[in-house]
Amino acid sequence: MTQHTETNTAGALAPPPPGWQGIVADWSSDVQAFQVPWGKAMMWIFLLSDTFIFGSFLTGYMTVRMSTTVPWPNPSEVFALTIGGTEIPLILIAIMTFILISSSGTMAMAVNFAYRRDRAKTAALMLATAAFGATFVGMQAFEWTKLILEGVRPWGNPMGAAQFGACFFMITGFHGLHVTVGVIYLSIVALRVLRGRYERTGNYHIVEIAGLYWHFVDLVWVFIFALFYLW
Amino acid sequence: MEHAQGLEHAQGQQHPISVYFSVWGLLFVLSAMSYLVDYLHLQGYLRWSLILVFMLMKAGLIVAVFMHMRWERLALMYAILTPPLCLLVLITLMAIEGDYTFMTRGLFFGQ
Repeated sequence: MTQHTETNTAGALAPPPPGWQGIVADWSSDVQAFQVPWGKAMMWIFLLSDTFIFGSFLTGYMTVRMSTTVPWPNPSEVFALTIGGTEIPLILIAIMTFILISSSGTMAMAVNFAYRRDRAKTAALMLATAAFGATFVGMQAFEWTKLILEGVRPWGNPMGAAQFGACFFMITGFHGLHVTVGVIYLSIVALRVLRGRYERTGNYHIVEIAGLYWHFVDLVWVFIFALFYLW
Repeated sequence: MEHAQGLEHAQGQQHPISVYFSVWGLLFVLSAMSYLVDYLHLQGYLRWSLILVFMLMKAGLIVAVFMHMRWERLALMYAILTPPLCLLVLITLMAIEGDYTFMTRGLFFGQ
């Protein structure tokens, strides 16, 4: 077991035995269980807890939608926009989805360039990611304004089941908050990369950890898009 | 793509950039397809199963490649990916509960 005690941050790591034996070897013997930087392990555990938060929200939404006797408002019509005289269903949400996916792509590139020590490209890609995120939040603000003007409230709305508003504001609001925090987080890390803060320590894991958070925000949107907007 | 598991952590996760581009493209296609499900007004079980399939494929791609899960060691993989399965229990219980509430409301409101 000496191989585990000396494999904290630097140093090459011996591959674990295959399959379950690898898990047992990593978890037992009172040694470090996760052979990754501690920040990454903690980010994963935070994201796991966040999974339960969004999982509970979506389950609650499922419950009220199943139990209401009043027809649920049709998201396809509620989120339609009239562009050039024709009404296109759900178009705003589709654009928001593509924006968030693009931001995930630029983030993945940023992580790649960070490990290549290309500071300028890393920071530029991270700032592009943050800009996509800010655009997303802006479009969400537009969507909220539109629905509030149409009379959607957490306790009722003119289109159908009263629970629609509560689910909508709760779920998209919490997700939007995550995107906003992510934009701030990414901007801070990007500026630090640009200033060369991680050059001295040579530790660019921070970019990957910030990336994990951002990809998670995109991941949650995949579920919200499918279960709330398309269902 | 068979990396020696765990070896790359000393330098961090580094993979060819083409992997990211192809996943990016796939995510775009899958999103477009799930939008088409709504646009073409598919209904019923076809609609629901397509939505779920596209959703799970997108989620899998993001977690596996963008979040590098497929290159992590099994110890981390299982520690993060198995606990959310508990949500299936919650979903089952709440589906039963939602059904029951719907039935009770139906009786109460005399429908």
